[in-house]
Amino acid sequence: MSILIDETTPVLVQGMTGDKGTFHTKEMVAYGTNVVGGVTPGKGGGTHLGLPLFNTMKEAVKQTGGTTSITFVAPAFCADAIMEAADAGIRLICSITDGIPAQDMMRVKRYLMRYPKDRRPMMVGPNCAGIISPDKAMLGIMPGHIYLQGKVGIISRSGTLGYEAASQLKAKGIGITTSVGIGGDPINGSSFLDHLALFEEDPETEAVLMIGEIGGPQEAEASAWIKDNMAKPVIGFVAGLTAPKGRRMGHAGAIISAAGDSAAEKAEIMRSCGLTVAPNPSEFGATVAGVLASRPERRAFA
Amino acid sequence: MDVHEYQAKELLATFGVPVPKGAVAFSPDQAVYAATELGGWNWAVKAQIHAGARGKAGGIKICKTYHEVRDAAQALLGKRLVTIQTGPEGKPVQRVYIEVAEPFDRELYLGYVLDRKAERIRVIASQRGGMEIEEIARTEPEAILQVVVEPAVGLQAFQARELAFQLGLSIKQAQSAVSTIMNAYRAFRDCDATMLEINPLVVAKDDRVLALDAKMSFDDNALFRRHNVADMHDPSQQDPREAQAAEHNLNYIGLDGEIGCIVNGAGLAMATMDMIKHAGGTPANFLDVGGGASPERIATALKLVLSDAKVRAVLVNIFAGINRCDWVAKGVVQACETVDVKVPLVVRLAGTNVEEGQRILAESGLKLITADTLAEAANKAVAACQGSPRVAA
Repeated sequence: MSILIDETTPVLVQGMTGDKGTFHTKEMVAYGTNVVGGVTPGKGGGTHLGLPLFNTMKEAVKQTGGTTSITFVAPAFCADAIMEAADAGIRLICSITDGIPAQDMMRVKRYLMRYPKDRRPMMVGPNCAGIISPDKAMLGIMPGHIYLQGKVGIISRSGTLGYEAASQLKAKGIGITTSVGIGGDPINGSSFLDHLALFEEDPETEAVLMIGEIGGPQEAEASAWIKDNMAKPVIGFVAGLTAPKGRRMGHAGAIISAAGDSAAEKAEIMRSCGLTVAPNPSEFGATVAGVLASRPERRAFA
Repeated sequence: MDVHEYQAKELLATFGVPVPKGAVAFSPDQAVYAATELGGWNWAVKAQIHAGARGKAGGIKICKTYHEVRDAAQALLGKRLVTIQTGPEGKPVQRVYIEVAEPFDRELYLGYVLDRKAERIRVIASQRGGMEIEEIARTEPEAILQVVVEPAVGLQAFQARELAFQLGLSIKQAQSAVSTIMNAYRAFRDCDATMLEINPLVVAKDDRVLALDAKMSFDDNALFRRHNVADMHDPSQQDPREAQAAEHNLNYIGLDGEIGCIVNGAGLAMATMDMIKHAGGTPANFLDVGGGASPERIATALKLVLSDAKVRAVLVNIFAGINRCDWVAKGVVQACETVDVKVPLVVRLAGTNVEEGQRILAESGLKLITADTLAEAANKAVAACQGSPRVAA
């Protein structure tokens, strides 16, 4: 099993006809993803890469039965595209787009809150590398060949650091159920916590690697949740030990601006909540291998 | 993006937030002229830099005569002002703001921030104006008033009224405060700000509520639709290398170490810096070349990193997804043809088209040190740095 996506998941690509949309749609199809169509307003009725195009998400969902979307839409229009997908009944929206204004994301999150919990779409990103369930489906921009299928779940804020982790695991012969990039923006569609809960329920996932970075409260919230709710072992890491305070390190969200934002503080919170913290970013593979080898019987919760 | 105090006040004034009368000046003559135009008997001459705590550092001078205004402007302009927020090198003062100094009764605090945890705009107010909000939060957390704004409907008048009365204002003062709180919220929302701090917000003798100081930061991602804000950009307040990097859409932050870094992806860039430190070295910079890095971008990045005289070795670490290793390799080769690289260059490529990238590097005939893993790359960079002579600036 995997979480979020597998080879049957019908995917619609928002902004498929642009350069990036075209390149990555080809890659996703080649990986085996079930892409069923694309949406570009004004190009409905035509085809692109042999796939049908639609003007609106509603029409695309009606015609193709798509349940999942990925956005390659320009930042100025992306919040609109995400809300359109939600309104069309899409269950999982993955936004690759980097550069969405924070107040737009604030409104998107508020819009998604309109839906009762059981009908609320899951949103992954923005500014993320996407989701991959190795050998099943890829909903993103990652190099698919570095992922081996297996039993570890990965959740990472950074795209490229997630690649680094996956390739270290592959070098140790350790595979992945699903790898999710939650993105580097200050306001994310989904947090570590949302995906930890899914991995905890997934029968094939045996351990989870969670890769955070400086800035924001998400790592601490997730750690507290793990302590109280999670039986599976979690390996953590926080990038940015050498980052100076008050400087934005590339990602809009990666800035040490409040107490508890720094890498050292977050790593300490992880440890205190029972996570195994990788000592440095070249030891993701070794740390995960160590945890898998020494795994005790599953913790029981009263 | 940050702006100067006078720019923030001009912006707030257009939204109806009352501010004292003032004018910006670039020379002592202009400062005196501004004071005569503004009228009055007392003026504050305020150094305009992108940092707070100016008062304690001597960046704000109260003047009673035109002569004093000239002297104050003369003393501030062209100098670097060092405050506890600027770091030891300080920030250059190229503009001063001349403001009519009004007598006031009380100093309050009013702030707005895009709260990451609540994912909403949070309004913060306190009777303890003039103090740092972090300081109040530490010593007197109960003195901080807060309101979280529901994004679907925006800030409501009753919320502003509650804040005004909790601030202990009279009916007349509260009326003025409510409109100030509402108007400042509109400025924050409509200009895509991420932070707005009015500290102090003062109550004047005639019961008006005025913004005596104002500090604003804006969302870089929203500048495409806020041209009035984007036009306020002042590159003199930035590190020159960072300003140069920004022109090329590269994300660069200068640090004090000796190993220059060129990495794709912010997370991997931070991890690379961490790894250099773990290997016993010190990173000279953070640099994210981003996705889709063309050979030209890599070449520009390399030139930029090498322009730092402290750099004794460079580590290029690219894990290509949206990028392609062959492009990166071409960029490295191109850069080495145009730039005289005197320090060792360690290159680690992984991901999409890695074989092609490595072939290009091998066939280039350049003296590069290649590495396959992150640990190997960091160790080689630290070793190369130790063997590399310090280049004189």
